[in-house]
Amino acid sequence: MNLTLKIWRQKNASDKGSMVDYKVSDISPDMSFLEMLDVLNEQLINKDEEPVAFDHDCREGICGMCSLYINGEAHGPDRGVTTCQLHMRMFKDGDTITIEPFRATAFPVVKDLIVDRSSFDRIQHAGGFISVNTSGNTIDANATPINKEDADDAFSAATCIGCGACVASCKNSSAMLFVGAKVSQFALLPQGKIEATDRVLNMVKQMDDEGFGNCTNTGACEVECPKGISLENIARMNREYLAASLKG
Amino acid sequence: MALDSKIPQGPIKDKWTDYKNHIDLVNPANKRNIDVIIVGTGLAGGSAAATLAELGYNVKAFCFQDSPRRAHSIAAQGGINAAKNYQGDGDSTYRLFYDTVKGGDYRSREANVYRLAEVSANIIDQCVAQGVPFAREYGGLLDNRSFGGVLVSRTFYAAGQTGQQLLLGAYSAMNRQIGRGKIKMYNRHEMLDVVKVDGKARGIITRNLITGEVERHSAHAVVLGTGGYGNVFFLSTNAMGSNVTAGWKAHKKGAYFANPCYTQIHPTCIPVSGDHQSKLTLMSESLRNDGRIWVPKHMKDVEAIKSGALKPRELAEDDRDYYLERRYPAFGNLVPRDVASRAAKERCDAGFGVNATGEAVFLDFASAIQRYGKETAHVKGLDENDAALVKKLGQEVIKNKYGNLFQMYEKIVDQDPYNTPMMIYPAVHYTMGGVWVDYNLMTTVPGLYCIGEANFSDHGANRLGASALMQGLADGYFVLPYTIGDYLSDDIRTGPISTDSKEFEEAENDVRKQLEFFVTNKGSHSVDYFHKKLGKIMWNKVGMSRNVKGLTEAIAEIKALREQFWKEVKVPGTNEEYNEELAKAGRVADFLELGELFAKDALNREESCGGHFREDAVELDGEQKGEAKRNDEDFAYVSAWEYKGEPSDAVLHKEELEFKDIELKQRSYK
Ligand SMILES: Cc1cc2nc3c(=O)[nH]c(=O)nc-3n(C[C@H](O)[C@H](O)[C@H](O)COP(=O)(O)OP(=O)(O)OC[C@H]3O[C@@H](n4cnc5c(N)ncnc54)[C@H](O)[C@@H]3O)c2cc1C
Ligand code: SF4
Ligand code: FES
Repeated sequence: MNLTLKIWRQKNASDKGSMVDYKVSDISPDMSFLEMLDVLNEQLINKDEEPVAFDHDCREGICGMCSLYINGEAHGPDRGVTTCQLHMRMFKDGDTITIEPFRATAFPVVKDLIVDRSSFDRIQHAGGFISVNTSGNTIDANATPINKEDADDAFSAATCIGCGACVASCKNSSAMLFVGAKVSQFALLPQGKIEATDRVLNMVKQMDDEGFGNCTNTGACEVECPKGISLENIARMNREYLAASLKG
Repeated sequence: MALDSKIPQGPIKDKWTDYKNHIDLVNPANKRNIDVIIVGTGLAGGSAAATLAELGYNVKAFCFQDSPRRAHSIAAQGGINAAKNYQGDGDSTYRLFYDTVKGGDYRSREANVYRLAEVSANIIDQCVAQGVPFAREYGGLLDNRSFGGVLVSRTFYAAGQTGQQLLLGAYSAMNRQIGRGKIKMYNRHEMLDVVKVDGKARGIITRNLITGEVERHSAHAVVLGTGGYGNVFFLSTNAMGSNVTAGWKAHKKGAYFANPCYTQIHPTCIPVSGDHQSKLTLMSESLRNDGRIWVPKHMKDVEAIKSGALKPRELAEDDRDYYLERRYPAFGNLVPRDVASRAAKERCDAGFGVNATGEAVFLDFASAIQRYGKETAHVKGLDENDAALVKKLGQEVIKNKYGNLFQMYEKIVDQDPYNTPMMIYPAVHYTMGGVWVDYNLMTTVPGLYCIGEANFSDHGANRLGASALMQGLADGYFVLPYTIGDYLSDDIRTGPISTDSKEFEEAENDVRKQLEFFVTNKGSHSVDYFHKKLGKIMWNKVGMSRNVKGLTEAIAEIKALREQFWKEVKVPGTNEEYNEELAKAGRVADFLELGELFAKDALNREESCGGHFREDAVELDGEQKGEAKRNDEDFAYVSAWEYKGEPSDAVLHKEELEFKDIELKQRSYK
């Protein structure tokens, strides 16, 4: 396949940035999207130009590091996958592909296609944990049976990879799906109940402080989430938050 | 320097308890005056950082990703072992210990493995208390599955995403300590050297990957939890950033590097499809619980399948060779990884590979789908003879168990594994070698510790499935917090370590010099060009099967490639910015040295053990004919290499392994 790429280039956080056109040829449909970018970068290096910076690590769809806004969609046109699991067979010979970073106030651009998602970490520092010592003086794991449905739901919420596609695809840049998933995981488990009130209040406060927008229930986040995190988690968080506010 | 493994005296079952009863403790008030650096925040480093912070030490933690949650541990799929005996199938600390020592081909340290088995049950309790959502049965109790090389069901899991859930557990424990200010986290920082003052590890030099700033960080002790070096092969199941730099720099500062040639080749990976490929994808070993592995019996069917004239599904049962079931009836498809990998290679080398490159075998779920479908129909009172219904029900069961893996396979290969068997082939997965450590997990440099995949200690020549996660968390949550206290108890009056010393200055200058070299060298080839070449040499000559000729050639070729690298490598951009090529250049430079030592170690080890198959060491007759032949008489030792400049000058030290509690036996899975 021969393709035209329109890529956002930005030297650093304070640079203005602009779109630049590139051409790549001999792209095989079996390549992943990131392998296609590897080909471009090899080409640029050989021409003594700077390669395009983009985030990636596992290339298995699980670390949450890759991002990219491709043709106007977070993680590109395929459903339920991250950018590293997007394959070139989703595109056609001669296509023009637009590639931009995830854009949101709370995700400042670091360089080219890389954004800083550490705001997600700070939300977790504010309460994304259960306060148990790591000393090993815990009770036997089977002493607290957990209903299979609850465990499965908690697991589903916990599969969020923290990629930020939900934020990038939301017109308000809201982080509700991410935070909702985190709050839900702990809210569904007996171990997490004791701190539930503080957790949801603190995490939501931090989310607001980081500059994420509000949720207006458009549901774009759920559509673009590579892990199928459902809107139900936002509803659960809202219930938790309401209950906590009334208590608090 | 003579190697002292510091294994405590006494019966194996009491060693750890006695040890803990007699170590020196640091008073809680004094812990506040002690700093510990932890490099790496995967399962090993993350759990260690959280625990040491909770004990009261000041922890500084480093990782090169943008968040600890993205460490490579996140990718682990299958599960984590623990001797809980919840299933009542006869599991025990001893049995886990036994399976692990045997599975490691009797090349691991007994005392460490016993301790690992001993604390394993505690790991599960700890993780559940932290909210890790392990799979549960309908009664609300934890579910288990079984993994290669064992006969009990002791693997705890969270669908195909166990590593992710365990890492998020450790990450949340870290978050709690970061929130309290007890851990200072340095994301996107890469450690580029260890600093020794008066012979002790007292700090590190790092580079801020975003700004390029080179920084000095001091502490009373330094812990490396920096993962494995499988990427020396270029193609592996490891994340793109996984590297050996931290361990290698430690090696250059006096830490011995042990068993570099012990690599685990995982049998169930998606085969290589072309030259563009950047990495290989693992299909969890848990698939072997239900998938049956086969190739056609007859060459004409191989050809028909390759050309597309015959669909694999259409080949009659009798014309298939279920070679693992044939060769190893007791374990069948669940033989350990090294055995399964070698058997696949043997069939493909004999010409029976089923894809275009001839390097793939089938992993087939048809009979499991039938079996589960019938069972479900029976339970629900539906018609067990309705083939379509049975298939549908069976596929649902398989989807529940392995759905995400099947989806991943389909995305990559563009074939539906519910309806046609998967194609798999062995790939480089895990490195059992690493920095040498004693029983305390301390390297040969005082005050420098190494945990998790980065050290060498627990897995011998082959790692059984689901035991790397176990080791990472055991080291970080339960072992290091004790052993490091014993060392730090001497440091309560030392006070803060200054970074203004000549040692820090020298180390910083060395790091700067290398960085400057890369960005000013007028070379003609990219970093990847060299990395790919190194990978080819490693896979072809130092990979699954090895011989003297190939290894000797590999050593010379790697040396030549290294020389070419230093002349011709080209790194665009500058040091004062985000520059991934620059970071990669440093990593590949270290791989080019490690690669040679790796081949040298393989050449030294004139036996077949673990995934390491020496063509000149093979059983010639008897029941084990054709199987790998270990040589306990001459090679029951850990090879620990001392740095002396060029890898070819490295000096071999041997830690003789003693097996007092387990008899050394032929490893048979027949
Ligand atoms: C696909 C896959 C599936 C697996 N499945 C299983 C399984 O089911 N069960 C099992 O037991 N094991 C499994 N394993 C193996 C297991 O995941 C790893 O061995 C284990 O997670 C390693 O953990 P670690 O903490 O030692 O290192 P890692 O998780 O690799 O962490 C390394 C850390 O070090 C940091 N780092 C490295 N170098 C530097 C440096 N120079 N400067 C700063 N930071 C640095 C990284 O940023 C990272 O934080 C699997 C592995 C893979 C690849
Ligand atoms: S909720 Fe989905 S889209 Fe948002 S961070 Fe998590 S995985 Fe990514
Ligand atoms: S690179 Fe890890 S999810 Fe894409």
